[in-house]
Amino acid sequence: MTDRNASTQKGDPLLEFDVAKIKDDFPILKQTVNGKPLVYLDNAATSQKPQSVIDALVDYYSADNSNVHRGVHTLSQRATDHYEEARSKIRRFINADDDRELIFVRGTTEAINLVAQTFGRENIREGDEIIISAMEHHSNIVPWQILCQEQGATLKIAPIDDSGELLLDDFENLLNPKTKLVSLVHVSNALGSIIPAKRVIEMAHAHGVPVLLDGAQAVAHCRVDVQDLDCDFYAFSGHKLYGPTGIGILYGKADLLEAMPPYQGGGEMIRSVTFEKTLYNVLPHKFEAGTPNIAGSIGLGAAVDYVNELGIERIGAYEKQLLEYGTELLSQISSVQLIGTAQDKSGILSFVMDGIHPHDIGTILDAEGIAIRTGHHCAQPLMDRYGIAATARASLAFYNTREDLDALAEAIDRVIEVFS
Amino acid sequence: MPGLNDLYQEILLEHNSKPHNFRKMEEATQSAEGFNPLCGDIITVFLSVDDGVITDVSFQGSGCAISRASASMMTQSVKGKSTQEAEETFEAFRLMMTDLDAELDYDTLGDLESLSGVVEFPTRIKCAVLAWHTLRAALDGQSEAVTTE
Repeated sequence: MTDRNASTQKGDPLLEFDVAKIKDDFPILKQTVNGKPLVYLDNAATSQKPQSVIDALVDYYSADNSNVHRGVHTLSQRATDHYEEARSKIRRFINADDDRELIFVRGTTEAINLVAQTFGRENIREGDEIIISAMEHHSNIVPWQILCQEQGATLKIAPIDDSGELLLDDFENLLNPKTKLVSLVHVSNALGSIIPAKRVIEMAHAHGVPVLLDGAQAVAHCRVDVQDLDCDFYAFSGHKLYGPTGIGILYGKADLLEAMPPYQGGGEMIRSVTFEKTLYNVLPHKFEAGTPNIAGSIGLGAAVDYVNELGIERIGAYEKQLLEYGTELLSQISSVQLIGTAQDKSGILSFVMDGIHPHDIGTILDAEGIAIRTGHHCAQPLMDRYGIAATARASLAFYNTREDLDALAEAIDRVIEVFS
Repeated sequence: MPGLNDLYQEILLEHNSKPHNFRKMEEATQSAEGFNPLCGDIITVFLSVDDGVITDVSFQGSGCAISRASASMMTQSVKGKSTQEAEETFEAFRLMMTDLDAELDYDTLGDLESLSGVVEFPTRIKCAVLAWHTLRAALDGQSEAVTTE
């Protein structure tokens, strides 16, 4: 395409970033799909895994597989060491104060459900209020609806403007003595909007209200420092951070976690059990009933190593340039309308096209080897807010290139051609 | 990869841009709602059945080109048929959507055959059959919305 010369020039992060070499670390990206080189632009759904993460899983199962915190034998000790090393690595990655504050869970969804079913049941009573925003994923809506129904509490929705920015004044006005928790998406999966998390947390804390951040779309793309944010809970999934599926983290401030009842009962989470009474284990084990996802945790640790090596700030800067390039390309196509144009935005290009349903866009792009997500992105109330049923969403990672976005723009031309 | 042209045939695109019988039917004797929870596609099928014959059929809703065109073709196909014939058409259609090697009953299918390319796109089959499941629910007088899941 000669007429598509987006004006963004190569800046420092691009020059420092050897994408060809990075791409080489991801075996899955070396394939063709439907006869075309795979262009993977569905990173907000799940990211691909570098060889080092795959190796970490294979190595664990090949050399160290054993149960943790149980046996006196060598393998059990090794597995335990690796499992706890992974926790420490992730703790440093999000700059938490103490390993005890990181609970291994299945993913963001389980992390939020854990807080709802423990902190929520303990602290939220009839007439109380929980605040979420208009751009939450279903996983940060439904657990609170269930809790509100159980306890007779009310869910309050902080509105956004048409660009997808959280309306801070309206948010602040929702805070009142009945508010017992704020739970907000840090980066919107459907729009890419990054909320001013620190401001929001200050506002909530001024009213004595704790804040949970859903960081599923944040941790892989920007620096998350839970102490600097001063968030009370932070939830994220490993598989969106180049790690395995089925593993994620709930960070919680130690004093809050200490005061919370356990989530599930079973092995590991106990200190002693008699038929009359059970004493619970210390943090973080109190919340990790049963044999955990040991391999997944170790894989996530390896993913964090990989991201650290590239540098999360550099990743963020590179992806920002890609986003600007992609935004410019798609803006040049008159039948494409971008949904989500917040000032502070992560690498997500959500769009609709005149008279063409996102599913048809997705099928035609797939025929060109391009993987995007189409649908409501588990954010139906947000789709309703925009009066649409679905969007097509291209979401970026550091292994994507300008050529990938050129291919996207050309494939969109093909969509227009098919439907003309 | 089967060609896109087999999927997005001209007749399908025409039904998508100008769907037949796309209206609410005030005098419907029965109706049903269909829903694809994965993509949010939603459809309502309205029927007017008189003495076992579908005298009128229409639909409303929002969805992709395949679901919309399939619904449009379905209304054309079953209008004037007995409910039994409509069931048989659904069976022939379903066979076409699920079995690549099936011997197709072209007489019964008529224009519906132009949707045969969908079988090559497994993720889109649900789009094509949503209207038909909803039709059956309307015929059965089912009150709960049908879903593809």
